[in-house]
Amino acid sequence: MRKISRLSRFNIASLALGLAFLYLPILILVIYSFNASRLVTVWGGWSLRWYHELFNDRAMIEAAWMSLRVAVSSATIATLLGTLAAVALSRGERFRGRTLFSGMLYAPLVMPEVIAGLSLLLLFVALNAERGFWTVTIAHTTLTMCFVAVVVQSRLSSLDRSLEEAAMDLGCDPLRAFVAVTLPLIAPSIVAGWMLAFTLSLDDLVIASFTTGPGSATLPIRIYSEVRLGVKPEINAICTLVIALIAMVIVIASLASKLSSSQGESAAPL
Amino acid sequence: MTDELPRTGAAKDAVGETQSAAGEPLLRIEGIAKTFGTFRAVDGVSLDIKAGEFFALLGPSGCGKTTLLRMLAGFEAPDEGRILLGGKDIAQALPHERPINMMFQNYALFPHLSVHDNIAFGLKRAGMARTDIATRVAEMVALVKLDGLEKRKPDQLSGGQRQRVALARALARRPRLLLLDEPLAALDKKLRESTQGELMELQRRLGMTFIIVTHDQEEAMTMASRIGVMRDGKLAQVASPRELYEAPRSRWIAEFVGDVNLFDGEFKLRDGHHLVIATQGAGTLMVAEPREPVGEGRLSVAIRPEKVKLSRRGPVGEIGHAAAINRLEGVIADICYLGGTTTYKVKLGAGGTVQAAVANSARLEADSYSLDQHVVAWFTPDDCVVLPS
Repeated sequence: MRKISRLSRFNIASLALGLAFLYLPILILVIYSFNASRLVTVWGGWSLRWYHELFNDRAMIEAAWMSLRVAVSSATIATLLGTLAAVALSRGERFRGRTLFSGMLYAPLVMPEVIAGLSLLLLFVALNAERGFWTVTIAHTTLTMCFVAVVVQSRLSSLDRSLEEAAMDLGCDPLRAFVAVTLPLIAPSIVAGWMLAFTLSLDDLVIASFTTGPGSATLPIRIYSEVRLGVKPEINAICTLVIALIAMVIVIASLASKLSSSQGESAAPL
Repeated sequence: MTDELPRTGAAKDAVGETQSAAGEPLLRIEGIAKTFGTFRAVDGVSLDIKAGEFFALLGPSGCGKTTLLRMLAGFEAPDEGRILLGGKDIAQALPHERPINMMFQNYALFPHLSVHDNIAFGLKRAGMARTDIATRVAEMVALVKLDGLEKRKPDQLSGGQRQRVALARALARRPRLLLLDEPLAALDKKLRESTQGELMELQRRLGMTFIIVTHDQEEAMTMASRIGVMRDGKLAQVASPRELYEAPRSRWIAEFVGDVNLFDGEFKLRDGHHLVIATQGAGTLMVAEPREPVGEGRLSVAIRPEKVKLSRRGPVGEIGHAAAINRLEGVIADICYLGGTTTYKVKLGAGGTVQAAVANSARLEADSYSLDQHVVAWFTPDDCVVLPS
């Protein structure tokens, strides 16, 4: 056993290279967010100056708040709809057009974002909808719903149907059987789906820039437009905060899945 | 065979409403049928089951036995026919509206609930008081000998323990009828055998009515007081284990239940109480006249291997002088030593082969035969069953 687990020099080197390739840019970004110098490429000692400036930058804070609101609401709606779609697909009677429905549900997975964004923009223009928070939220819901559906459906299909039957046999009507047995067992995958939808919405630039309106830029849009005028160290600071937020979400998600896998078969396929 | 045991007598100390009016069957199935697409899974089955019975549905996979069980549990609605439980038609009732519980083949234990909560699940749904639930769960835990494991989750249990939890959960609601879908299929042989005994003991003690579905004929024979053999969605025969083995109603049943030698032949003549049948592989055989007439023409003769005796020169003593005895001469073609018995395949002079199972009653090989040895295989007309071909 020990021989297998011991890493050879080659393995260590390739592991270090791989990790460096993935995380060095992020690490540099985080370190430079604490840079006292105005120039991004010159190190001027440690400082929280850019964080201070960031919190005084109303436009940036508003964009971050907008992104957060969009992410939370679109992830919640997407989780609700995606879970319902997954349940309908794997538990419902075989209805007409079921294959078509599942195909259409998963289309956004492979649809180029530019096309999705453009088509939504055309729709909102045609409907004469005021573009802003709600249009971005709806657009992100359509984007992320399919991811939730995929995650929840894979869990549902691995779940033994006789569990629901056993619940019905023991006195539950079909709805109660679902709530008492199926729902607790797929809960980890629903949580995972929500987190996935949340992060997808948070970092989306393309669809958001198509569907948002004046005065309601999301954080990625704001950052992107700032960067075009030159990278300010303040950007490093906000990116560091976003990284911290996403890292937290990932840690919570993996803790949740670990918690559920300690319940045996109910491990979520994260 | 254990079928003479007075199993139904235990119904006196029955719990709940297990007992129905005398003579009236607890469960009456009337011509039920179920079609999936174009496949007729269950095809007009009628069956009466008395309270306190241990009934086995036996059949090969795909014979419709599981579909029949699922219709009793309410997971499938029959297309035709009625299911009367205590006189009330429940054919279209939903699973939770039936006083019937089922033990699933894979146990279907709720993985997110502890042993205690699994057993209490159905009691909570029934709106039982908290203290009553605690009492009942404790009673069930003791009944299936799971003491000390109440707080465990199903994945922390062994296969045998899970099986017990599933049983306790299904019994907790004190159903009028307990359905068991291949309850022992997932256990290894030794555990299966001991569990068979425990299930029988439990059923006798509770006086409950059990219907078990199995493809294992030995399991059905051991446990059930009555067996219904299913084939292609129909009940081929309903009988006690002994009757099923000794008096199968068709060639197919004779072959499905246990080992059998079958000789196809033609009716020749009636000689007193015996029929004389000219067979293809074993010459002319004499068989006892069956209780139900089988007609004349093409018939099959079935003889169980353990009823075929072997000797070097043929039967001796009184029986040897009886005129009505079937003597088949041949040579040993194959020997299969199975521990308790040895199966010999005898290639007959008439062309066919006959299998003889000989009990190894002595430890030393005094009585055994060797390959290519000339032997006489013999059996009495009463040991044969004549069946329509």
